[in-house]
Amino acid sequence: MAASSTTNFSARPSGRASTFWQRLRSGDDIAYVVTLTCALTILAITALLVFELYKNSAVPRHQFGWSFLVTTTWDPVAGQFGALPFIYGTVVTSALALLMAIPLGVGAAIFLAELAPMRISNALTFLIELLAAVPSVIFGLLGIFVLVPALVSIEPAIRSVLGWTPLFSGPFYGVSIFSAGVVLTVMIIPFIISISREVILAVPAEQRDGALALGATKWETTWNVVIPFAKKGIMGSIFLALARSLGETMAVTMVIGNEPKIHQSLFAPGYSIAAVIANEFAEATGDLYLGALIELGLVLFGLTIIINGLARVLVLTTTKKGAI
Amino acid sequence: MIRRVFIVNAALVATLIMGVACGQQVPINAAGATFPYPMYSKWFDEYHKKFPQIPINYASIGSGGGIAQVTAGTVDFGASDGPMTDMQMKQFQDKRGSAILHFPTVLGADVPTYNIPGVATALNFTPEALAGIFLGKITKWDDPELTKANPGVKLPSSNIVVVHRSDGSGTTYVWVDYLCKVSKAWEIKVGRGTSVNWPVGLGGKGNEGVSGSIQQTANSIGYVELIYAVQNKMTYGKVKNASGEFIQASLASVTAAAAGIPMPDDFRISITNAPGKGVYPISSFTWLLIPSKIADPTKKKAIKDFLAWMLADGQKMTEALSYAPLPRAVVAKEVKAIDKIQ
Repeated sequence: MAASSTTNFSARPSGRASTFWQRLRSGDDIAYVVTLTCALTILAITALLVFELYKNSAVPRHQFGWSFLVTTTWDPVAGQFGALPFIYGTVVTSALALLMAIPLGVGAAIFLAELAPMRISNALTFLIELLAAVPSVIFGLLGIFVLVPALVSIEPAIRSVLGWTPLFSGPFYGVSIFSAGVVLTVMIIPFIISISREVILAVPAEQRDGALALGATKWETTWNVVIPFAKKGIMGSIFLALARSLGETMAVTMVIGNEPKIHQSLFAPGYSIAAVIANEFAEATGDLYLGALIELGLVLFGLTIIINGLARVLVLTTTKKGAI
Repeated sequence: MIRRVFIVNAALVATLIMGVACGQQVPINAAGATFPYPMYSKWFDEYHKKFPQIPINYASIGSGGGIAQVTAGTVDFGASDGPMTDMQMKQFQDKRGSAILHFPTVLGADVPTYNIPGVATALNFTPEALAGIFLGKITKWDDPELTKANPGVKLPSSNIVVVHRSDGSGTTYVWVDYLCKVSKAWEIKVGRGTSVNWPVGLGGKGNEGVSGSIQQTANSIGYVELIYAVQNKMTYGKVKNASGEFIQASLASVTAAAAGIPMPDDFRISITNAPGKGVYPISSFTWLLIPSKIADPTKKKAIKDFLAWMLADGQKMTEALSYAPLPRAVVAKEVKAIDKIQ
């Protein structure tokens, strides 16, 4: 697949040595320059972003150094800033969301692509893509007014099954790390389903026919041939979902409880990086306070790179025959 | 010094569009507090109807942003729910070479609101009870500090769930400013600010986040703006004032808080825990921040005229929007202060 789509300049049927003008008029060089500019723009925007975040967080970086990353006090009045509770909240809510969204999302994508009749599949996919377009503030409001009361009512059931672990101990007020994880799950599932379904549909029919011809059942074909073939694409959908959940702001801040403390229990309130920036930036005054919030942005950027990098390494070491 | 470049840009674009669309108009740009925004937008709208050549654009970006932008000179005047600190005043003086003036516009108040199953009356709160609850020292609703103040009310022996604002806000500033005045322990441990390091509690985003959390959490308590509580028909408690009376917040009791306190010449004053009879103690002014030197003569005249109008006709519109009007003495003092703008 990948090799057939590679751009090949020399393949153009042109016997003569082409001059610069001819090449320019033929469009290839223009396309090259234009697309290169587009690609460089992305690079420039990213570099500028990091530079601005780095430059504007100079005051807290000098004052707190690396301890910013590992201390837990966030006190704007006393000028004490530590990012650990926010890093913890961001990582844990995203991990929870992926834990729930990957099986659900990939499972749904397999059904829609392989098992469901095409008409149902298309109709459902349309609805799922609508879900992806819902603004996050709507998810947040639904979170406070619908999901949180629902979680409070099913909390005894969760506790009776999982209550023995410290992860589900302590009082539950409705808003919590766990609630944020559930809201994020709902928000990222459409990405996983929609992209994974497209990728699975793109697996060549020959692959399926071959497996079936060798005597595999329908499910064996799906699980042993189609999914491994589509693995890279499915991973791609999960990366996108992860990026969305790490940076989600509105929906998370409405249900996470906004308490900058690290609790053992997922039922306890927490805080995330994006949420605290959104909450406090507008009213923050003074270079130290503003700088600390900007440094949190830098931390989120670094966190995203590290997590994505680790995930990519994981994919590279486990994927051998992925093609899409 | 501040990186709210995008807001500045938006303001600039707005200025440009206004400038192109209506050549002879004098667009005035302002930014700041969100709490008085409904009032200000009504005033600016009414004033624009009266004087079509003076549109005032107000961006409700928060008090901190208002102070920063007026200091940077990107807006003609700012607005804030808290008076500028001495350091902020000095920064303005250093940067702009002239002083900044505070003009109180309306009054607001914070009210304690709660959700205790089986209790529908307005509870009485002593300052000690509020400070104790928010410090995490009073943890049960049937604590003697609460039962003593509420004879005849059956308070449950349940744990109190505290809810506060998670976003930086003037509402929080007024609340913690009050707690600082009534509790030494609060002042030392937590202090004043638009965001503080809360000893206990959940954070809700905005008034709606706080009220949403309270509605859904049994035995919870939090604070919201009076106007928000009135408009959403929420139950809110009475607070014991400095004269020992339990007072429910109302437009009259909030205006009374402003009337009882001697007004300094620069109008920078906190009226939480104000002395006097019938005073609601968790009240506050909100201010316009106006540079004392305005270079552009048309703008200067427009701003001075607006202030005079706001203090006369404008004050009559406040009660319809549930804002408490300024006491007469304060209005008279402000009218004189308009002349300080040069």
